[in-house]
Amino acid sequence: MMQVWHFSEMAYHPGWESLPDGLRNVIPSRVYDPEVGADLYHRYLDEWALCDRLGLNIMVNEHHATATCTTSVCTIPMAILARETEKARLLCLGMPIGNRMDAVRVAEEYAMLDVISRGRVEMGFVKGAPFEINPANSNPAELEERFWEAHDLIVKAMTTHDGPFNWEGRHYHYREVNVWPRPWQQPHPPIWMTVASPGSAQRVARKGYVIAALNTGYVHTPVVYGAYRESAAEAGFDPGPDRFAYLCIIGVGETEAEGKRRAHQILDYSRTTPRVQPQFFYPPGYSPAARMSGLIRSGSELRIQRRDGSDFPMQDGTVEDFMAAGVAFAGTPAQVVEQVEEFAAAVGGFEHLLMMGQGGFLSHEDTVANLTLFSEEALPAIGRM
Amino acid sequence: MSLVLFLHGEHFIAMGRPFLDRLGAGRELHAPLYPGYDGAPPDPDFRSVDDLAYRYLDLLEEMDARDATIVGCSLGGWVALEMAVRDRSRIGRIALLAPVGVKLLGREERDFADLPFMREAEAARTLFHDPARWAPDHAALDEAAVETIALERQWAAWYGWKPYMHNPVLAKWLHRAAVPTLLLWGESDGFAAPEYGRRLAARLPDARFETIPDAGHYPHIERADETADAVLAFLENA
Repeated sequence: MMQVWHFSEMAYHPGWESLPDGLRNVIPSRVYDPEVGADLYHRYLDEWALCDRLGLNIMVNEHHATATCTTSVCTIPMAILARETEKARLLCLGMPIGNRMDAVRVAEEYAMLDVISRGRVEMGFVKGAPFEINPANSNPAELEERFWEAHDLIVKAMTTHDGPFNWEGRHYHYREVNVWPRPWQQPHPPIWMTVASPGSAQRVARKGYVIAALNTGYVHTPVVYGAYRESAAEAGFDPGPDRFAYLCIIGVGETEAEGKRRAHQILDYSRTTPRVQPQFFYPPGYSPAARMSGLIRSGSELRIQRRDGSDFPMQDGTVEDFMAAGVAFAGTPAQVVEQVEEFAAAVGGFEHLLMMGQGGFLSHEDTVANLTLFSEEALPAIGRM
Repeated sequence: MSLVLFLHGEHFIAMGRPFLDRLGAGRELHAPLYPGYDGAPPDPDFRSVDDLAYRYLDLLEEMDARDATIVGCSLGGWVALEMAVRDRSRIGRIALLAPVGVKLLGREERDFADLPFMREAEAARTLFHDPARWAPDHAALDEAAVETIALERQWAAWYGWKPYMHNPVLAKWLHRAAVPTLLLWGESDGFAAPEYGRRLAARLPDARFETIPDAGHYPHIERADETADAVLAFLENA
């Protein structure tokens, strides 16, 4: 049974035009009007709350120092939605644990959310985009190692119920780790990780966690999923489709044109991703030197591959470009069902469709219509996949 | 003549070769590459400038060095200072080319420019007096050369990311670096300003401060001969 999750970055799009040199890291917050921002927060939360009635699950994330995403603390919308919703599962994808300096606090936040929501939390752990290194000031050359130490500590903290344990690791030091409350779900809420390379897919596979590929399209998704399947097989388990998630942009409408128009507006999420000064894109040691040298040489232009292998710049792709890549699905509900079906078959199947149902300038009315129409006319067929 | 230990800077190590040829002529010169920079990932426990300092103190001991000269460039100058405050028994003098490592300004002022988050062109202007001549043209380099640049940046982060290029407590122990010290600074240094060098000289027990015109943060690259002349004159007289 395919599960669908609605995701929005809570963009502060009213500020985009006045920030021509980039939307991240060094932009002054005087551009942000808290009154406009409050209205936006409430409407985005309303849209997520609506998901509970529409049979959709909820996905949040976090970014820092940016007008593209004003969810700077992912557990805050999670906390509000834990009270406001009753059925929807609450996924954070995710918590940048290698950039959070206090891993036990992460365990406490997730555990508390899990109890308040009566066991509806899904814990995403992510390394975070390269431009997140600057606001966190975490050492990019140690990120991988810190990420896994945080992971080990959080899991142990959530699953230890006989009183405190001591932790004197390389990056985290605690006299007594003793997380209260303990989580509702046993032994702990499900763990998800985002993966962009076959190398990291292998490690996630050995743990058996849900792997999420974000906007990786027809060409790259099978590579990442394939690496996961191979490593899982080596580790002796056969991963079902529930181990795989895919994030895409979805716009549906009463007409094909309306669905594409909605997807086009949501795609400003993708188009604004590269709007960051290039030096924030490749902090030293964040990726292996062979990859970094390519970035040093050619700058940071992100390109998306279409299914036929041709590519286009992420910053100015059309809705047709993104559809040809398998990053956006758009049109009437029936067309979207068909596109998702074709894509899922091509990449080997997944059970979690992470749907960016709002992005950029897509209005509240359009978002409600997009989610409602999707839920009424596409979800039943997609759910059966 | 006692041995000379050269401790390299964070970037463009190979470009220091002409200076090292001058420094090593007729002398026992040791110029090791730091773990990581040498092409092999260091032991995971080896990741701080403290580790580098102990490693090269060990090296001086293994070689039974007496009255050794340490020449340290930028990051290597920081290592040399950490060595000198720990154990100066085998160290005769230190010549430092725009060393980093000591926090002298307030919490909202940078002692060292934030190179990792500068655009490439701005970083080149920060490091070099004449970037058009000295800063590598990444598009013209072969794959291996750009990968070396990426690796140098990675290991600079490994050793000096946070606190950024300094040890917060080193300033208070500088009185222990009681050896004749030359601080040599490129007049156009935008990474660690000459003013920082003057302040550092005033905090060291026995330091003199000299500048090299028409040079940035790596005077031994941009003005190899003048830098070698100044260091050698110091070696002979100190």
